[in-house]
Parts: sequence; structure tokens; C-alpha cells
Amino acid sequence: MHQNNNYLVETAAQISGVNPKSCMKCGKCTASCPAFDDMDLSPHMFVSMVEAGRIRELMESTSLWKCLSCFACVERCPRGVEPSTLMEAVRLMVIRKQGGHRISADEIPELLDKRIPQQALTSAFRKYSR
Amino acid sequence: MVFDYYPGCTLKTEARELDEAGRRSAAALGIELQELDAWQCCGAVYPLGRDEIAPRLSSVRALAAARDHRRDLLTLCSACHHVIKRVNHDIRTDEKIRDTANSYMEGEQAYQGETKVVHYLEMLRDTLGFDELKNRIKKPLTGMKIGAYYGCLLLRPGKVMSFDNPENPSIMESFITALGAEPVIYPYRNECCGGYITVKEKDQAARTASRVIDSALEHGADCLITACPLCLYNIDVNGTSSKDLPVYYITQLLAQALDV
Amino acid sequence: MQRIGVFVCWCGSNIAAAVDIETVVQAMKSEPGVVYSTDYQYMCSEAGQGKLKDAVKEHGLTGIVICACSPRMHEATFRNAAKAAGVNPYMVEIANIREQCSWIHRDRAEATAKAVVLSRTAVAKVNLNTPLTPGTSDVVKRALVIGGGIAGLQSALDIAEAGYQVDIVEKQPTIGGKMAQLDKTFPTLDCAACILTPKMVDAAQHENIRIYTYSEVEQVSGFVGNFSVRIRGKARSVKADICSGCGLCMEKCPSKKAKDEFNMGLNNRRAIYIPFAQAIPNVPVIDREQCIKFKTGKCGLCARVCPADAVDFEQQDSIIEERYGAVVLATGFHTLSLEHYDEYQYARQPDVITSLELERIMNAAGPTGGKLLRPSNGKAPKSVVFVQCVGSRDTTGCGKTYCSKICCMYTAKHAMLIREKYPEVDVSVFYIDVRTPGKNFDEFYRRAVEDYGVRYIKGMVGKVVPEKGRLLVRGSDLLDDSQVALEADLVVLASAVEADASAKGLATLLTASIDTNNFYTEAHPKLKPVESPTAGVYLSGVCQGPKDIPETVAQASAAAVKVVGLLSKDKLLSNPCIARADELLCSGCSNCEHVCPYGAVSYIEQELRIHGRNQIRRIAKVNEAICQGCGACTVVCTSGAMDLRGFSNSQIMAEVDALCR
Repeated sequence: MHQNNNYLVETAAQISGVNPKSCMKCGKCTASCPAFDDMDLSPHMFVSMVEAGRIRELMESTSLWKCLSCFACVERCPRGVEPSTLMEAVRLMVIRKQGGHRISADEIPELLDKRIPQQALTSAFRKYSR
Repeated sequence: MVFDYYPGCTLKTEARELDEAGRRSAAALGIELQELDAWQCCGAVYPLGRDEIAPRLSSVRALAAARDHRRDLLTLCSACHHVIKRVNHDIRTDEKIRDTANSYMEGEQAYQGETKVVHYLEMLRDTLGFDELKNRIKKPLTGMKIGAYYGCLLLRPGKVMSFDNPENPSIMESFITALGAEPVIYPYRNECCGGYITVKEKDQAARTASRVIDSALEHGADCLITACPLCLYNIDVNGTSSKDLPVYYITQLLAQALDV
Repeated sequence: MQRIGVFVCWCGSNIAAAVDIETVVQAMKSEPGVVYSTDYQYMCSEAGQGKLKDAVKEHGLTGIVICACSPRMHEATFRNAAKAAGVNPYMVEIANIREQCSWIHRDRAEATAKAVVLSRTAVAKVNLNTPLTPGTSDVVKRALVIGGGIAGLQSALDIAEAGYQVDIVEKQPTIGGKMAQLDKTFPTLDCAACILTPKMVDAAQHENIRIYTYSEVEQVSGFVGNFSVRIRGKARSVKADICSGCGLCMEKCPSKKAKDEFNMGLNNRRAIYIPFAQAIPNVPVIDREQCIKFKTGKCGLCARVCPADAVDFEQQDSIIEERYGAVVLATGFHTLSLEHYDEYQYARQPDVITSLELERIMNAAGPTGGKLLRPSNGKAPKSVVFVQCVGSRDTTGCGKTYCSKICCMYTAKHAMLIREKYPEVDVSVFYIDVRTPGKNFDEFYRRAVEDYGVRYIKGMVGKVVPEKGRLLVRGSDLLDDSQVALEADLVVLASAVEADASAKGLATLLTASIDTNNFYTEAHPKLKPVESPTAGVYLSGVCQGPKDIPETVAQASAAAVKVVGLLSKDKLLSNPCIARADELLCSGCSNCEHVCPYGAVSYIEQELRIHGRNQIRRIAKVNEAICQGCGACTVVCTSGAMDLRGFSNSQIMAEVDALCR
């Protein structure tokens, strides 16, 4: 797969269906984000960097794994930009790559406790692997 | 009134009490829940990628089955509800997703989004009515101060979920009032507990959950109720706070108040 | 046969860039009736019009086709040019090859082909045009101003000063509008009441002005120069002519639970009330929904204490019918309801208020006597946080897509006033952009920052969280790339400006057009900014779009000048393109009468000679003074008797034929 920048930008647009150009840089997403303290790139930066075509940097971002997909940013964005959907698109671009998994079945047993719901494991696999 | 019922994976295992209390209560209220045959896991996470078809298919199958039965599809788990309602919205609004999903489906009639997805709470509000529920209560939970924990999945995105006002919801508070208890309104009731990342990012999940607990305690809640097994787990197991705050499923307290 | 000249305009590159002008010119040469076809860079210029006049002389033209911009732009220009050259103005047709062709096509061949078709369509029509002569109609020398805020008052005063009669219709019990609720005005910080109330008094005392408060326009008919308007004066339940305004009734009224609208619901008022001390007229009104007498039949205390015996529970609405030459719309605005912005907790937290509520709190005549106090507990705040753009610039359908224009300035004003009066109070402003174009405006905003120490934070608020009796404002600071959580005692939301709810209904009554946001549309965004597209209807103030007080006053005076210009004429030329019924074809079905929105068609019994015999027939008759030429009657006429001059059935069919050729 060739990895020129336009291809990455188009892929992100295609997966997310979101147009980052509608962002007016108000920062309500960052204001609303419950995972902000754990993120290396704040939601508004993330949107801005997608717009600037800096997808490769975003694919290295830890924010991808810290986003809670709680849609607070989606709900409150006055421009319908959906930052968390963009984040998901880049996350998918990472885990769809060869070796892009962030979790493997082998490491599961040690992460479990007695009460963990099935839903948590399904979510983890959905979020961290293909 | 008969509903097709989609329990979901966790309700058959870890969250059995959410399911069983829900069934007992429904029966007592004259609501018939017909569990779908051979339902498949909804995937727990709504597929945000527009190009993801496979993770949408189990929802579409459940929706199409309910359509064939001419019934509304009732869900209880917040995550299942979120996934199935949003996939239904995709089918209604995105031609590409609709056509591709249908190409994987058996049966003669393409699924076009005909089914209405109803959460258990919506059933109580819209089909039974909270006034009627109040009349049916045998053991009112008088004196209990209950914080409704909505979390994110039931409410957002508000335009798709059409469940309640996403920033100032009231359905669970009305539910609590109908049970004879006192609802405690606290600001973090619709903020995320961080359950999604609980497997890999335990610390982060613990911090997010603790914010919810602290906020509920500050506003005087004795306990929380939720419809989400993941929220319950995360708040109950990972959340840390100076004081213990029990978390119950909505149906547990409902069954208790109905004395079933 | 006409002798037609075709003039193709380049409009600089506006048309020429997309349309091959020469192809159009050549194609027209072979059209029936065309004796001359040419082109020019700017046909509307003096030189372009000169070319037209020369060609009329040289080629003996009887009909003219201009292939150029929309007729809304320059039809009048070319009609005048034709007239000057001795050709009847109604022998001119415009082929719109700019807005409907060059501007919307990228492909040159496609655009050129379309320009040819549009042009030959116009030629086909001109071949059947007949010279028309406008009639005249009288001008009623009285204007109607709808809305008694600063916009309406300024328009009315200017019209009255020019010597014409004006009526102001205001739906509230008093004139004054939103400006009456304001405390200080930017950028000079002079007191709003000090500059507004004298104008209110001037209007009330002006011999040329009549004021109908607590009244609404109910029905409008007629047209420019002669509108007939029905106004409903709602029953005040107080006889205005004998009430002395002593206020005893209000003191004694036992019903005290109604929200005081003038104070934005921050306190309560009586059921019988005057909105504010300087209200005009100084006559109370009974809120019948709140009045115990109206609700239960018991009480009537106000009537008993009234020394003038002015309280009248039986009073009925009054109906005023009046004719006007011109109408000024000055219906103003209200602020957006915040039900879609519950993250700010406006509905739940009394200390989250709107800017207009803050105006009342800051106002000496307001609910706190001008002291900055928290609505929740009446205590002084230590920290105030402002949130800008609440409901403005929102494309999700929850708010308004536009910038409300005035919020940046009034927020700077509020912030500055608080810091000046209460230097111990911390004041922060969350902003997306600070927009302060205007004379001394940016300097004003900078003073708030530099001299008054207001903290401006570039970012937005995500949620307001009540915590320990205060409000935690969770926002972002984008320049610092951080989340911030400010403890506040008062949160002030700059809610979006929205057209008043009455605008839509009035637009229908007056056939004035509104945009998707219910702001009235101007006839031309640059060149006719105070005229509505409907002749005789003018726009004043925020009803046309968000604007501040100086702009509103300027526009109000501009609208007044247009009204005065109209009323100064004794006669108006009327549009000759009106309907006419062919009495021999009319079947007397009444379809046209039913469909006519102006009531211009009536039926008469007339003796006609048909097939050599005299017969009495019932036939349609068009009142030429009333007909506006909309053509609805021609469409419903089953017998083909009704025809519109200048747009006759045969002309339209010829155009369709030319299009389909």
C-alpha cells in the first residue's frame, strides 16, 4: 500500500464522512472532553491536523487510545464536525495496518478480573484490533 | 403489548440481574418480551467508520427480524441500544450502507429501517406511562436518594438517539420518582465514566469514574442507577472515592419496588 | 413586423468569460424581426446606452433586446434609454444571460448555447410586444411604522419632521422596544434611557405622529401609495383617555406572580402594570391571564381604588382601519431561546443568565436597583464569566448560522462596566473571535482588556457545572492548548439575536419577503438596502438583519427618506402590465375573482352584441388601479379571456416556442 499524504487524507475523509473544514476553531470539543488530561493532542488540534493533512503524525498520537467515544464533542460541536468520529477514522487506519493491533488475545487473561463484563472485552477488541 | 426483545451478550452473563429483573418487572406490568431467536452480539461499539459493514450486520438482522414480526425492538443494555438505534438510523439515512448491508441479508424484503427501537425506559415512559408505573408500585422506595447515571450511550448523539434532552435529561429522574424515591440531579450524570477503555487504560478509567461518583456524592446521592453493565462495572469496581456509593441496574430497583 | 435591435453585453468578464459573445451576436442576426445585432463591454454605461440610442436612430428600431444581467438590475435603465431614444419603454426585453447563464455554467459551449436560446426567446417576445402607457394612482400622504423601538421611532420622527402623518403600531403596552431595557450603550457608555426616552416623548408629542400601543396589524390590502390596513388595538382594560397614570391600581393589585417581562422575568409584576416608569403611554394594562377578576370573577380592587374610574373590565378590542401610502417594517428582534444549549445550565441554574438579563441587573431601575447581585441568593458575585457566540454561528440547526454582530461589543461593555464598578470582581470572557469593526469599537474592546483587566480567553465553554454553591465553568484555552475550569458566581451567555416572531406573519400580510432566518430581505443587498422588494414597504433596524444602535438609527433615517420621497409625490406611475378581460370570451365563471389576491377583479352585467344580437352577459372587469399584474387570473381562466398586458398568453407561447425550437 503506498502511503502518500493525499491518500491518507482521503482515507480519513472516507472512513469518517466528516468534513474538518467546517470547524471554526471554537474549541468547544476540547472544553467538553473528559479524556483531555490523558491526551497528547487535544480534540481541536486533532481536527485541525486532519484538516492540515498531518495524518501520519496523528497515527502516532496517544489520543487515539484515550478517546472514550463518549460523543460529548459531537453533541456540543456547533459546526457538526464530530471530532470523535475523525479520531475513530484515524484509529481504524492504524489498526487496519499489518501489525497495527493494540491488543492480542494472549494478553487478555492477565487483564481480567472476576467481574469484568463481556461488553468490556468486546469493546476492547473492537477498539484495539481489526 | 408485545415487544421483540434483544438482551445482548452481557445480559446473559455478567449482567444477568439487569436482564432477569427486567423480565420479571415487565411480566408484572403486563408487557410481553419475546426474546429474538438466535440474536447475535451487537458488537458493543457502534461502528463509527462509514465503510464498516460487517459490524452493522448483527443489528440489521435483529432489526429485520422485528420488522418481520411487526413489533418494536426493545433493548435494555445501553450499549446494545446505542448500537442498534444508530445502525437503524444509518439504514434510514445512508443509501450506501443500506444497500451494502442488505446485500448480506437473507430474505426477500430489503430492510429499510422500518423497525422502531425502544429502550426499556422509553417503554416505561411511552407505552406504560410513569403515572401508571407509580400506581403499580407495591413497595415504594421511600426515602432513597438516587442519582440517575445516564452516561453517554443512551443520550448521544441527541439527534440520532432521540432518547431525551442530552444535556438535561429527565427520563430516569421521572422513573426514580415513579418508584417512590427521590432523584438526585448532579452535573456528571451525563458525562462519560470511561468504561470503554477499562481493559487497557485502567488508571484513566478509574479517574473518569471517580469524577462521576464524587459529583453524585456531593449532591447527596445514596446510590446510582444505570442501564449499562459497563458503566456499572467501571464505577463499582474501578471508581475510587472516599465514600462507598452502590450502583444498581435500573431493573433491580424496579423489581424491588414492584416486589417481584 | 418589428424592427428589433439586439445588444449583447459582456459585463466586463462576467458574461464574456463564459459566453462567446460573437456567437450570440451572429445568431441573433438571423432571428425574425432582428435588423441589427451588436455587443459592448458595458451596455449599462453611458457609452453603452449611447450605442442603443444611436442604433435606434440609424436603423429605425421599434423593439430592443438587451442580453445582459437580471432585469431586476437594469431593466429600468434600458427602458429609460429607449424612452429617451423615442421608443416605448415596454418595447424593451431583457435576456438574462448573466445570473441565469454565465454565472452558473462552467462549460463555455454550453453557456453560449444557452445564451443564444435565452436571447432568441426574448426576441420572440418583443415581436409581439405592444407599446404600453402607465396609468397613475394617488398617494395617501400618511405612513405606517410597524414597531415602536428605536428603529420605528427614528423612522417615524424623521417622516413626521418632513411634514407627513405617521402612525406607529407597537404590540407591547409601551413604545421603546429593546433599547428601553438596556443600561448603557457602547462605545460611549451613555445611558440608554437618557437618549431613548426623549425620543419616545418627542414621538408621543409630535403633532404628526399617532401611536397605537398594545396593537397589531391584522390585515393589509392595496399597494404602494395606497395600502389599506386594519389594526387591532388589544383591550387594555383601562380607559386610556381618562387614566391619569397615578399608579394606585398597581399598588393595590393583589396578583403579584406574573413574570416581569421588562425585567426579563427576574422579578414579578402585578396583573395590572406599566412595563417601566417612563413607559409611553403612561397607562396601565391588565394582564387578563393573571388578573384574579378575569380568572375568578372576584377582586376588582383596582377598579375600586381608581380615582378616575378608568378601569374597564368589559373593554373590547378596538379596530382601526386606515389608509397609508407607505409602510416601514421595524419589528426588531428577540434573543434566542436557549433550550438547545442546556450544557450551560441556563434552565437549571438561576446564576446562569443572558446578557439582556444582565442589562436589567445592571440597570438602576432594574430588579436589583442596579446592584450586581446573583439571582440565586442576592449576594455579590466575586467572579463573572461571559460566554460569547451562544447560539450564533451554529450550523447544526440548534442555533443560528449567522454572527449576531452586536455580542462582542456588548460583552466588552458589560465586562468593562463590572470591572469599573466592582474592581474586586474577576471578569473573564470566552470568545471564538472578537469582532469589533466600527468607529472606536476595537479601541473600546482593547480598553476592556488593557485598562480594565478583563481576562479574554480564546476558547469555548463545554459545560457549566454547579459545584458547592458556585458554578464551575469548564472551557478551553486554545492559545494555551489547555482545559480551564473557572469558578464563577455568575455566568452570562451572549445569546444569539433572532428576528421577532411577528416578522413572518407580517411578511405574508405585506407580501414582503424574508430569508431563511426570518429577516426581511432587502430589494438589493447593496443598492437598495432599506427597500423591500415590495414597492412601498421599507425596512428599518434589526428586522432586516442584526445591527447595533448607531446602524439601526442610520437605517431608520434612510428608510424615512425613502418614505418621504414617496409621499412627496402626488401621483405614482402605475405598472401598465396588468390584466384585461376579453368580454367576448369571458364565460363568467368567477375563477379569476376568487384567485385574485388584490381583489382587483369584479363581475358586472353588461349588454354585448354577440352574433348580431344584443345580450346581457356577466363578465369579469379588472380594476386597473388595484391590479398588480401578478397573472394569477390568466392562469385560472378557462376560456382564455383573461390576459396580462406585457405578458400576454401569445407572448408567453412565443417564448416557449423559441425555447423549444
